[in-house]
Amino acid sequence: MAQSLSGIAASNGIAIAKAYRLENPELNVEKKEIADSQAEVARFEAALAESVSELEVIKERTAQQISEKEADIFGAHLLVLSDPELVGPIKDRIVSDKVNAEFALQETANMFITMFESMDNEYMKERAADIRDVTKRVLAHLLGVTIQSPSMISEEVIIIAEDLTPSDTVQLNPEFVKGFITDIGGRTSHSAILARTLEIPAVVGAKTAMATVQNGTMVIVDGLDGNIIVDPDAATISNYEQKQAEYDQQKAEWATLKNEATVTKDGHSVELGANIGTPKDITGVLENGGEAVGLYRTEFLYMGRDQFPTEDEQTEAYAAVLKGMNGKPTVVRTLDIGGDKELSYLDLPKELNPFLGLRAIRLCLEMPDLFRTQLRALLRASVHGNLKIMFPMIATLDEFRKAKALLLEEKAKLQEEGVSVSDSIEVGIMVEIPSTAVMADVFAKEVDFFSIGTNDLIQYTMAADRMNESVSYLYQPFNPAILRMVKMVIDASHKEGKWTGMCGEMAGDEVAIPILLGLGLDEFSMSASSILKARAQLKKLSKAEMESHTDHILSLSTSDEVEEFVRTNFINA
Amino acid sequence: MVEKQFTITDSAGIHARPASALVGALSKFNSDITLEYKEKKVNLKSILGVMSLGIPSGATVTVAANGADEAEAMARAEEVMASEGLSN
Repeated sequence: MAQSLSGIAASNGIAIAKAYRLENPELNVEKKEIADSQAEVARFEAALAESVSELEVIKERTAQQISEKEADIFGAHLLVLSDPELVGPIKDRIVSDKVNAEFALQETANMFITMFESMDNEYMKERAADIRDVTKRVLAHLLGVTIQSPSMISEEVIIIAEDLTPSDTVQLNPEFVKGFITDIGGRTSHSAILARTLEIPAVVGAKTAMATVQNGTMVIVDGLDGNIIVDPDAATISNYEQKQAEYDQQKAEWATLKNEATVTKDGHSVELGANIGTPKDITGVLENGGEAVGLYRTEFLYMGRDQFPTEDEQTEAYAAVLKGMNGKPTVVRTLDIGGDKELSYLDLPKELNPFLGLRAIRLCLEMPDLFRTQLRALLRASVHGNLKIMFPMIATLDEFRKAKALLLEEKAKLQEEGVSVSDSIEVGIMVEIPSTAVMADVFAKEVDFFSIGTNDLIQYTMAADRMNESVSYLYQPFNPAILRMVKMVIDASHKEGKWTGMCGEMAGDEVAIPILLGLGLDEFSMSASSILKARAQLKKLSKAEMESHTDHILSLSTSDEVEEFVRTNFINA
Repeated sequence: MVEKQFTITDSAGIHARPASALVGALSKFNSDITLEYKEKKVNLKSILGVMSLGIPSGATVTVAANGADEAEAMARAEEVMASEGLSN
């Protein structure tokens, strides 16, 4: 019988396919006495061999479908399986203690896990997870339990999972994975962002999907409205197929806008940019008619590896993005790490309030060598396109001045070394801390541009942790407090002849767009897949008309009132 | 037996990638090969052993090889140390 669940719409589109549960099986190990220990050693060796061949396939597929680098992790797993210090003691134990292979494996592996976990180094602590991962694979073979690997999927499915880890997601192949549903997570969680990049429909935060959906059951994922239909009847399937067709048609209509400029009904131009994480994302930006990169999150260059990227590696990545954008504006945000984003190889003390702690520019100014390397790489790449550099989490003018001074120092050094550097690099800041929004008129005299980061600006203004679901009602982009602050920033920049962009989720929101147009926002940066829809909407709006409603909107009392006013007059009208 | 000291210059110490390369290369030799750091000696053919030393940047380590192909093994160790940027 059909059942419906709801969650958070994380990536647009509708997918209908069989459910594929990505489970984390419980592997229970009992200690048993073994009479024929030679046979038990042989059984262990067989499980080891099966695990090795399985990992070799996964490694190969990951290398082919994703990248060599992502495949490295499985190379390390293979090395663990042939480690004499692990395999030897397990075999010895089976023979000398006459115990079963499962028990000997678990005891020996646990010794290593404990050893790594107790090391005073975050990077080494994480290696414990690798050992656990590999051990689990061998244990599963011994116990006859299947361990699932997303890269082995070879038919069209919708993945149902508690959550998707980054290592699960690197293995997702859009050819077969038509959509996914996770029980935890929000619109800005990693899996949601990835779904929008891969353009596969997704619903996250569904809470009870794992408890409800059986393997192989037909499932509809409605990433437009955040609905999930389990085991739908024929009529429901046909309804959703129609909804999907309408959405595809709308997408086709939007596609005709790909090469058009973003001009409103009354002739006002704005720029629609995309938020990207890696040079690979440029293809999606251009396919979706992006006029700029409004936010390049460089931290992805630092994540999923075991040491800092070198200056050359970084230069290569930045140059690739600038060349790919072929002269279009490209705003690169310097390293935004700390807070919820950790680097395994950067051993920072645990903080009680990481979002209020040593992160982003604060960390970069604390570790200037790290920061200088990035700045040099950016400067070296600058000759390949239209580079704009943006510092994240600026709270005081002093921080901006320090960061800019380091940039100028590195520029002078490079020029002395005879390296050519562009002379027209704009240097701006993210506005995501209320102190900076309030002081925007002062900042505007020294920065070249502002980019408003709404996720953090909302979190800091409302004093509501955006990772905490209990206070998620305070995530209110349309709260007049936020809108008034946005207005202050835009007005301050225009007064000095500068520009303001927005690179948070809000910039691509259909309710926010008319308001932001009225407030005079110059650049909207969003997920690439939202650009054409935003362009279609903006072409139907009039800047002058929206401007005339601004005072009224800012005088409303609550977020709901603002949303209702905009929906009634400019969306459903 | 041959023995040689190395100073680790890589800013991250001996981390997973170069450790994998080192272990992968030396596993092919018949000699017993050990890595010693702060009076702890491990089998250099064991990735877990090498990683468990948690060797940081600037550390001085000793590689020792003992067996028929010990000279070749030591030469290979030096080569991998250099090519992986672990030491000069």
